[in-house]
Amino acid sequence: MSAQDMSAQDTRRQGIHAAGGLAPRPGAASRWRVIATQALNEVGMALRNGEQLLLTLVIPVVVLIGMTHLPNDVVGHSPVIDAAAPGVIALAIISTAFTGQAISTGFERRYGVLRLLGSTPLGRSGLLVAKTFGVLLIEAVQIALLSVVALVLGWQSAGSWLAALVVVVFGTAAFSSLGLLLAGTLRAEGTLAVANGVYLLLLALGGVVVPASRLPGFLAPVVSLLPSSALGDGLRDVLLHGQGLPLHSLAILTAWTLLAGALTARTFRWS
Amino acid sequence: MTPSQTSTAAVTVDDVVVDYGTQRAIDHLSFSVRAGAVTALLGPNGAGKTTMIEICEGYRRPDSGAVRVWDLNPVADAKALRPRVGVMLQDGGIYSSARALPMLRHLARFYAHPLPVDELAERLGLTSVRATYRRMSGGEKQRLALACAVIGRPDLVFLDEPSAGMDPQTRLAAWDLIEQLRVDGVTVVLTTHLMDEAERLADHVVIMDHGRVVASGTVFELTEGHEVVTFRADPGLDLLPLIVMLPELARAIETTPGQYRIEGGPEADVIGAVGRWCSEHGVLPLNLDNGRRSLEDVFLDLTGRDLRT
Repeated sequence: MSAQDMSAQDTRRQGIHAAGGLAPRPGAASRWRVIATQALNEVGMALRNGEQLLLTLVIPVVVLIGMTHLPNDVVGHSPVIDAAAPGVIALAIISTAFTGQAISTGFERRYGVLRLLGSTPLGRSGLLVAKTFGVLLIEAVQIALLSVVALVLGWQSAGSWLAALVVVVFGTAAFSSLGLLLAGTLRAEGTLAVANGVYLLLLALGGVVVPASRLPGFLAPVVSLLPSSALGDGLRDVLLHGQGLPLHSLAILTAWTLLAGALTARTFRWS
Repeated sequence: MTPSQTSTAAVTVDDVVVDYGTQRAIDHLSFSVRAGAVTALLGPNGAGKTTMIEICEGYRRPDSGAVRVWDLNPVADAKALRPRVGVMLQDGGIYSSARALPMLRHLARFYAHPLPVDELAERLGLTSVRATYRRMSGGEKQRLALACAVIGRPDLVFLDEPSAGMDPQTRLAAWDLIEQLRVDGVTVVLTTHLMDEAERLADHVVIMDHGRVVASGTVFELTEGHEVVTFRADPGLDLLPLIVMLPELARAIETTPGQYRIEGGPEADVIGAVGRWCSEHGVLPLNLDNGRRSLEDVFLDLTGRDLRT
């Protein structure tokens, strides 16, 4: 503002410059509007972030296409695409609920964003709800894209999509809890390294796209208890083998959700 | 809210203690913030100002003692307070990838009656800022954080070091906004280690050090009893006859050759004594000046002159 503007007659002052222009009029927007606004903001930021897109969309699509060139005995099923598609959907869920969420939340914590948003009408609980909706929305985009690519590659799914959706929700809960556990305790760089490292490790050996039962004998019993294996097997049970609700997988995912959720509630630091 | 006392206090802090491990950050601190006024928490780095603001925001619980904001508990009643309280954090609290106007528009959607985003952005010089937050200048970051604190038309704002890193123009724009907030009835609590900021903006100053209140009051009250009279005259004058005439507690010294300074004592009595002494001893005083020590002098006397960073 220039000195001339400052010395202008009060009659020229209007809007927020006028007397009373900044007068208090506090009030929150409706709860659903606040949460929807934040959830869409979370999705928008994730879709504008190149590294996040690489993680959540490009790598799963590349893995899906790449797997169709593998020999049948790696996944233990023919045609490979039918086994690959549920596994890659599981991978996509891990990339969003765990890796993407951990990294973004870790940096938001470091930069005080969590603290500032917690002080607005959104609040801490609203922020967590919005993040969860944001993750589910991104997963919907991922599943839609991967399904189209898989269908083009000849995927024929079995089972009920409703049962698959239940597995997706349970897997999201488990991996969100684990992601927030990292984000709320480690330094932002630590979260970045661990979240990416764990993602790659699970991709290779976590029973996600390659079932635990196809891994070397000594690994299989351990890996089959991991949430990644439970999520991958659960989706394969439904979409590949046409089973109903995979209760064994859901139980493992629930146990991880409770464990990580309880730890997160105890240890999460907002700044 | 009941009338009388509570209706005039926006914030009351009563005997608050906070320990960080073995370090006592807040040491039995008490003060209150008058509604509709600007209160400055003034103190050196590490005095506990930010911790105190965090407690008032409900971000941190005190280990003992009580804090009331609009007569509510900042933690238990956070839901009721969040729409009413605007917060400007020292470390920004803004997405590093966010641009100024989209960030403000986003936050505005959380409120029922937000300020017009474009007008607020224009007023704080944010309209032409195209950079993402991480690439903004220090002043741009601070202006955006200030805008975020007031966008929801709060009736109470907490500003933690609002002019840290601001260039002079930015600081004036921020001060102008804070002054209008006060005129329009918004209660403002700010922390600062800048004396001129407290002197210019604050109705009430709480000087903090080592987690305690070392003094509080209006700037006028805080500088009371610190009157200073200065004048120039021939160097090397005998001050003893003057000292005899001065009121009790006042002391006169020649600070540099020909420059005389009298501290303490009621100004009128001091000036009267100087006048009599001058006429009795044929002294011609030049540049006779009276005033008060600055808040800075009071502050440094109270908090010690060693720099703490």
